Amino acid sequence: MNRTPRRLKALAAAVLTLAAGSALADVTIGICLPLTGPASGLGIPVANQIKLWPKSIGGEKLNVIVLDDATDPTKGVTNAKRFVTEDNADIIMGSVATPVAIPMADVALESNTPHFMFSPAVLPAGKDAWSFRVPQGNAVMAFAMIEHMKKQGIKTVGFLGYTDAYGESWLRDFQDQSKALNGPKVVATERFARSDTSVTAQALKLVSANPEAMLVVASGSGAAMPHKALVERGYKGKIYQTHAAASRDLIRVGGKDVEGSYVVSGPALVPEQLSAAHPSKAVAQKFVDQYEAAYGKGSRNQFAGHGYDAVIILEKIIPVALKKAKPGTKEFRAALREATETMGRTILAHGVLNYTKDNHWGYTTETGVMLKVAGGDWKVE
Amino acid sequence: MDFSIASILALDGVTNGAVYALLALATVLLFTITRVIFIPQGEFVAFGALTLAMLQTGQVPGTVWFLVILAILAAGGEFIAMVRQGRGAAKAAVEAGKILAYPLAVSLLAWWAAPQQWPLWAQAVLTLALVTPFGSLIYRLAYESLADASVLVLLIVSVGVHFCLVGLGLYFFGAEGFRNPSFWDERFQAGPLMLSGQTVIIMLVSVALIVMLWLFFERSLWGKALRATAVNRLGARLMGISSTMAGRLSFSLAAFIGALSGLLIGPTTTIFYDSGFLIGLKGFVAAVFAGLSSYPLALVGALGVGLLESFGSFWASSFKEVIVFSSILPVLLWRSLRDPHAEEH
Repeated sequence: MNRTPRRLKALAAAVLTLAAGSALADVTIGICLPLTGPASGLGIPVANQIKLWPKSIGGEKLNVIVLDDATDPTKGVTNAKRFVTEDNADIIMGSVATPVAIPMADVALESNTPHFMFSPAVLPAGKDAWSFRVPQGNAVMAFAMIEHMKKQGIKTVGFLGYTDAYGESWLRDFQDQSKALNGPKVVATERFARSDTSVTAQALKLVSANPEAMLVVASGSGAAMPHKALVERGYKGKIYQTHAAASRDLIRVGGKDVEGSYVVSGPALVPEQLSAAHPSKAVAQKFVDQYEAAYGKGSRNQFAGHGYDAVIILEKIIPVALKKAKPGTKEFRAALREATETMGRTILAHGVLNYTKDNHWGYTTETGVMLKVAGGDWKVE
Repeated sequence: MDFSIASILALDGVTNGAVYALLALATVLLFTITRVIFIPQGEFVAFGALTLAMLQTGQVPGTVWFLVILAILAAGGEFIAMVRQGRGAAKAAVEAGKILAYPLAVSLLAWWAAPQQWPLWAQAVLTLALVTPFGSLIYRLAYESLADASVLVLLIVSVGVHFCLVGLGLYFFGAEGFRNPSFWDERFQAGPLMLSGQTVIIMLVSVALIVMLWLFFERSLWGKALRATAVNRLGARLMGISSTMAGRLSFSLAAFIGALSGLLIGPTTTIFYDSGFLIGLKGFVAAVFAGLSSYPLALVGALGVGLLESFGSFWASSFKEVIVFSSILPVLLWRSLRDPHAEEH
């Protein structure tokens, strides 16, 4: 009876010393992810990958704190503020959900903390001075798609996309890239909402414009309905889907109607099928092996890949920054940002990254991979 | 636009309109009997479609657990209320058991039947049996004690119930959508028109249900009794009509109609946990067109919404929703000029 409290006290003391000691010396990383709420399907794979992270980098222990933002921007900001004030974080990361990641960038900017977003959030110029995107932006994905279209001899494209920021930014990026690359022309644009039950009218109009290919901009299982509508209206040309649709849900819901269509994706999903010349082949294979060993066969996905890539970045920048300053200081954070901006060409599971002072998107045009849906599975083109 | 395009658009609009008509009908039904403007009507659509989708994959649908939880809450509430009134624990337990009996039985049946991969029509019947009791349970939990409150209070409760159901829908069905197999795969070619079997089913079921409800409320004694409750609760009770029973019955009917709409629309589009809201809202616009009181007018309004939506998305797809929901303004103006507002009670 008497011994238990004393033991507890000793244990508590040990934990306290450990915690205090670690807060002084370790590299602290605060990560904010949607583990609940509508975007939890994206956040949970990243959190799973974080559990597989190494315990130390460059001889320094990593002190990783993961908090849930419930896909709520307010909670995301609260978490980010907690990281920079209470935990004295050297790096903040998150969120996977774009609406949460955007206000977190403000906290990073105010507190001068390096910030890695797991979302391709578009920020006004200057607002992303401390924020870097880990996923690919639409422009580099559009590049791969346009190159593929040119190879197929496609001159005209019809656009069928969400009436929201995702659809509009794809339309803009696609048109800009296509102009620069002398690619196909968008001859008809139609829009629909995620909650729509029918896109028959839009499909009719697009099919009557008779473009050689269609670009459907939608995400996950939501990308199947417009795709089916085009097929049902007798469209025989090629249909392209964006990387937001590069999930098994597209094939599950779309069935045989999505057979033969093209989907652009990051290389991390299909390392086995990449050509030996692809720069990401080896890294992507390592990611898939590690993730599927821990979570089962076929569990690989886009977002866990971003979690894996984040560590590759950290392994590159932390040792460089450690030479300049001690963790937990203002100087260390500045050194981390500088190291990121000058880290040069870096091979990730999801492509090749090259951040510079003016470019916090980073991906080179080598990243996008065109997949074809064949026999209910992905096939690299 | 030539004739063939117009006819395809018209067919699409009428098909969607038929589903909106069912929801408009349920909205009118609930309002005339309980004075509740039931915003979450669309959630029953999503519950119906997703329950069938989960049964199709051989999983136990989340609706089963949800139903059990609601039934336990309702039974517990009834038990406590009766004991407090001093009517004895034994009698209260019997009453609570009565509430629990049907939901528990149907949940057990679904739990047992889910992995058996029954034929599609049997799963559809099971889905209807699972979703229908939600109506009376939600009425008991959220509205019954407020039955005499103003229309505004009931509307506010509806908004709360809507958010509850959407959140729980996400928890029970997940964020990704499902598409159900068609009940009738036949296709008919008529000139430029491609009429699918599912479209025929949607239209026939909608028209049949509307005619039946109209006859029920206009011609039968039961229907008239239910309507009397709406006009004057106290008066109806003095005439021997139980207003609580009327409320529960009408909510069950509404849940049944919602689930049926979900089964009808499930094969034509991908349904997400939150898809119901916008479908329900369009049904509501149609119901407003009917002044929340007339079934045939609700049908006309729903077809109008469907056609407006279909032609709107052809001419200006980015403004489709704006066009559909703005159409409520001239209707409101016309209604307020036609029958000026009088104080109800």
